[in-house]
Amino acid sequence: MTPLADTRERYVAAFKAFAGNGAARAPAWLKEMREAAIARFAELGFPTTKQEEWRFTSVAPIAETTFALSRGRESPHVTPRQLEPLCVGGPRAVRVVFVDGAFAPGLSVVRDLSRGVRAESLAAALERDPELARQHLARYAPYQASPFAALNTAFLSDGAFVYVPAGVEFDRPIELMFVATAGDGPTVSHPRSLVVVERGARATVVESYVALADGLYWTNAVTELAVGDGARLEHYRLQRESRQAYQVATTHTTQGRDSMLRLHPIALGGGLARHDVQTVLAGSGAELILNGFYLLHGSQHSDHHTVIDHAQPHCASHEFFNGIVGERGHGVFNGRIIVRPGAQRTDSKQTNNNLLLSTEARADSQPQLEIYADDVKCTHGSTVGPLDQTALYYLRSRGLSPETAAGMLTYGFAAEILGRMAHAELREELDRVVRARLADRSGGGRRA
Amino acid sequence: MTDKVLLEIKNLHAGIDGNEILRGVDLTVRAGEVHAIMGPNGSGKSTLAQVLAGNPAYTITTGSAQYLGKDLAALKPEERARDGLFLAFQYPVAIRGITNAYFLRSALNAIRKSRGEEELGPVEFMDALEEKLKLIGWDDSYLSRPVNDGFSGGEKKRNEILQLAVLEPKLAILDETDSGLDIDALKTVAHTVDKLRRPDSATVLVTHYYRILTHIMPDYVHVLSGGRIVKSGGKDLALELEEKGYDWVRDEAPVA
Repeated sequence: MTPLADTRERYVAAFKAFAGNGAARAPAWLKEMREAAIARFAELGFPTTKQEEWRFTSVAPIAETTFALSRGRESPHVTPRQLEPLCVGGPRAVRVVFVDGAFAPGLSVVRDLSRGVRAESLAAALERDPELARQHLARYAPYQASPFAALNTAFLSDGAFVYVPAGVEFDRPIELMFVATAGDGPTVSHPRSLVVVERGARATVVESYVALADGLYWTNAVTELAVGDGARLEHYRLQRESRQAYQVATTHTTQGRDSMLRLHPIALGGGLARHDVQTVLAGSGAELILNGFYLLHGSQHSDHHTVIDHAQPHCASHEFFNGIVGERGHGVFNGRIIVRPGAQRTDSKQTNNNLLLSTEARADSQPQLEIYADDVKCTHGSTVGPLDQTALYYLRSRGLSPETAAGMLTYGFAAEILGRMAHAELREELDRVVRARLADRSGGGRRA
Repeated sequence: MTDKVLLEIKNLHAGIDGNEILRGVDLTVRAGEVHAIMGPNGSGKSTLAQVLAGNPAYTITTGSAQYLGKDLAALKPEERARDGLFLAFQYPVAIRGITNAYFLRSALNAIRKSRGEEELGPVEFMDALEEKLKLIGWDDSYLSRPVNDGFSGGEKKRNEILQLAVLEPKLAILDETDSGLDIDALKTVAHTVDKLRRPDSATVLVTHYYRILTHIMPDYVHVLSGGRIVKSGGKDLALELEEKGYDWVRDEAPVA
């Protein structure tokens, strides 16, 4: 076992090499930020299961593996034909593709962006318009609090940048694809995404993580979403990493007055996956829908920690998370709702329902309410259990076979979440992906 | 009316978790007939309905129930449904995430397939459904809602009757479909059930109250008490029960 101090030193050494080579062209403020972030990581180190936030998820396998910093792939290694079946945005989508963490212009489809809308690599944005990026980058994802956000920030070199200027309603889905080739030896990439939807603007963004092969690698992603006053953002996230891969990710959001944010995170992949979603309702009258879903089998472990921070009055948040856990899978859900002093007339609702498909499957569900205002409406509920026998019998009494009935009830757990997705084309594509994954499992494929 | 026997129950004893609830039920239902099974709470009415539909929680200990000449105990719930037996549940179950349209079409197709008929696609199905929806006074907004999820008590009961209309069973058992309905809903439900009657099918109404029988005229009325049918008669028996209450028959009941 690697002593923890060595682990930290390994990343600090890797950072020195990184700062010395590839990252030299960055603006001074970014260099300073990276230095501060690696220093913070060196202080924090990897979390252990002794820490409450990591009680159910051990990242020891990540800490103990020596990952080489991914250098990105030349685009010719990956062909558009390989990516095609993995795209979910449909034919109209704007597509920004990254291969092993590096922007792949040859695979991206970015055209007809009018009215100042931008969908591009973050590296390009930093070069061309550093001030715009500076206004938002790392403002919502504090690296002081998380060693993983700190590492991501320290190694920040590329990622996606989406910018929809004030008042612009952009109706084509913007698909950000992070492709892992899972090739030679364990590598780590630190993709960073920044999505800025200004006052009164509208956008639909899909963040997608896919693998071209089975293999061991680590994705350490950070995404920041800034939704301006009166703006609307529909954000989909599809995690389909390889079954051997690790993914640690944080999504940080901030919302202005009367804004509407709908988050749809779907986790299907990875051997070990952790996704923290931290949202702040920072303007009164803002509305948030956090509508997520995980489907695990084999020995997959997936942990979602969500925080909904009601910082202002008259905001509404509705959180729905469903999990289907089969075989030896382990699902973890921790949902924290904070209602700050003065955040009166908060309307908050949280549910987490887990379906266990085998006796070895496990789910841990922890709602946490912290309410510091008195005129609020907050409800929460969570369930963990096998298929409902009464429901099975009801379906069978209508002529359905036990297998069909069980399949329907299981699919219903996913369909309930999919049904809340507003974009019809994306919903259908994601439905197809989820059905294929469910069929794969019922076919008995033990792959992980 | 034909004389074809659809259901023949003889000396049926059944129960749940080792508790015997039915203690020797005898009943014969022929095509074209409407039977009402009445009785006080706890008399075994719902148990009888569940046993006939094949609820795996219940066990038959003695006696038999034959449906279309087959021993029901040997048939799985789905086999009974495919053979045309239908139970409208007293407490319909919510199926999260699955739309009513998808559920109804899957059920209808499972039954059609077992009969060797072609399965219906979504469009053909919707065409066939239009008229059935009208019967119960619904628009198609109910089809895109998840099955019984967030439905009011009355909506759940109507949804059972919609399934009855779509699946066109040979033997329909309605377990307290009338309870919890307001008078307008009751009329709609009763009218629909009445309209769906066919010479080759039969209906068994399990009910606590007389009022649904003023809308669907039964040919036979049976009183279930202590797990046995203690009295059978024509529709006048229902009226007599309404006037005198269940104590009247309970007093006549043989000691269980």
